[in-house]
Amino acid sequence: MSVTPIRQPAVDAGALDVERIRADFPILRNVHPHGKTLAFLDNAASSQMPQQVIDRLVRYQTHEHANIHRGVHTLSAIATDAYEGARRSVQRFLNAKEEREIIFTTGCTEGVNLVMHGYGRKFIGAGDEIIITHLEHHSNIVPWQMLCEEKGAKLKVVPIDDRGELLVDDYEKLFTERTKFAALTHVSNALGTVTPIRRLIDIAHSHGVPVLVDGAQAVPHIAVDVQALDCDFYAFSGHKICGPTGSGALYGKAALLEKMQPFKGGGDMILSVTFEKTTYNTIPHKFEAGTPPIAAMIGLGAALDYVSAIGLERIAAHEHALLEYATEQVTALGGVRIIGTAREKAAVLSFYVGDVHPHDVGTLLDEEGVAVRTGHHCAQPVMQRFGVPATARASFAFYNTFAEVDALVAAIRKVQKLFA
Amino acid sequence: MDSKQLYQEVILDHNRKPRNYGRLEHPTQSSEGLNPLCGDHIWLHVHLDGDRIDGIAFEGQSCAICKASASMMTAAVKGKSVAEAEALVDAFRGMVTGTVDPATPGNPIGRLAVFAGVKDLPSRVKCAVLPWHTLHAALDAQAVASTEGDQDPMGTAG
Ligand SMILES: Cc1ncc(COP(=O)(O)O)c(C=O)c1O
Repeated sequence: MSVTPIRQPAVDAGALDVERIRADFPILRNVHPHGKTLAFLDNAASSQMPQQVIDRLVRYQTHEHANIHRGVHTLSAIATDAYEGARRSVQRFLNAKEEREIIFTTGCTEGVNLVMHGYGRKFIGAGDEIIITHLEHHSNIVPWQMLCEEKGAKLKVVPIDDRGELLVDDYEKLFTERTKFAALTHVSNALGTVTPIRRLIDIAHSHGVPVLVDGAQAVPHIAVDVQALDCDFYAFSGHKICGPTGSGALYGKAALLEKMQPFKGGGDMILSVTFEKTTYNTIPHKFEAGTPPIAAMIGLGAALDYVSAIGLERIAAHEHALLEYATEQVTALGGVRIIGTAREKAAVLSFYVGDVHPHDVGTLLDEEGVAVRTGHHCAQPVMQRFGVPATARASFAFYNTFAEVDALVAAIRKVQKLFA
Repeated sequence: MDSKQLYQEVILDHNRKPRNYGRLEHPTQSSEGLNPLCGDHIWLHVHLDGDRIDGIAFEGQSCAICKASASMMTAAVKGKSVAEAEALVDAFRGMVTGTVDPATPGNPIGRLAVFAGVKDLPSRVKCAVLPWHTLHAALDAQAVASTEGDQDPMGTAG
């Protein structure tokens, strides 16, 4: 097999060379909304893909594709190697102890649902309690509500303060002997709040309660070490970290995964099937029924390798500088309310311009080439907490520049003028 | 299409000073309009005298496009018969979804043509059309109109 090596990203020691990194992202130079230079500030919704990952997908489809785990022929072995290689990339990325603790999913949503079905439906019953936070994305609320509805269990919610920080003392008080599970976000998508996840996990464990962490917004910005966190489950999506849509992973401690029931039934998740009895496959395969999006997972592996080569510490430092600059500049405009002012934040700036509805802001910013998300960000409880129906949200990635922040600020000023 | 075409002075003015904003003392029909995607949420109150709309008011929380659309709608249908109002609902919806050319002879759209530019902003069509859905629902004695799902009386969900 001849394999063309994938180009390494442009990295040196020290600070990020953002212009060199931007050269890796073709979409940033290919798209000109309304004839303007694109300032893509909607990375929390989905990030862009570097050429290295695109090339990896092309190489897979042109040289390596066959179904996995199913054939003795050469191509099937090559595809299986590539797919399992991607699993090792995820394992390295999260510092999981074992490869079999990584389950491929189609994204964070599927990861949460897998734990709800595989763990929740087996071990949580009537009168039991599940703890979530007020910061959760709907994907870490709705599955638990469905479980509570089905089992007669109860959902308890950790409150937040006016900055958007979790009230840890209140969290601790929620635990009772009926508490059976906690599902907690690591970073809020609507506000950018970074939760003190290590402490939250320790508190839950002191009550013997296992914890699922929603890491969808954390992995693109924070180096995650699941062994250091000691979390029981950690879920994220590939498309928010430069990988393809339809890719993602769930980490779970092997001992827990072993005890859980499968989420989906089908091929690949079995050892043997007769009409009388099916013996399930070992983990992680027990949870990967059917033919997965093989290319997407291989792309995910390449994306994590790409991001790791740049280094999350340097990524975080650059994004932090962008967030600080944006916060300062937007505040200086006057008349813009920043929603979410936690002391520790990832690269998210949610805001409200005067009394202009965020949808008008979004349309007007788009005309200046500035792409932001507007709406409730699938976090309606957060919006209700701050008394707004929606916000406009700028979210930064490591390929964003200070000039793009300037474009955002200039566009907000135009909105203010128009609605003055 | 740029902001100068859509966010025209007329629309900005109706957003700033919406006409017929508030409630009626004794509405004969009321309906609630909801656009869950962007959180537009309005209430429309109508007073029918026989077949004629002799009172109409709206309230709620919405973007400028939705609010201006509601404001201009209430001004346009006040004093009209139910059939005339329904014809305007069709004409407005046809215009912003691009299925009816407002310049067609006999088209009743009139001043509401300032909303024609919405058809080039697919993400904003629902904002403009929500008050009209809600009016249709009120005239049809339905309690709720939504731009989504089974409660979308005009079948434009998606
Ligand atoms: C915090 C958080 N959790 C979960 C999700 C769901 O991710 P996905 O839609 O990729 O499954 C998102 C996506 O917006 C998110 O921001």
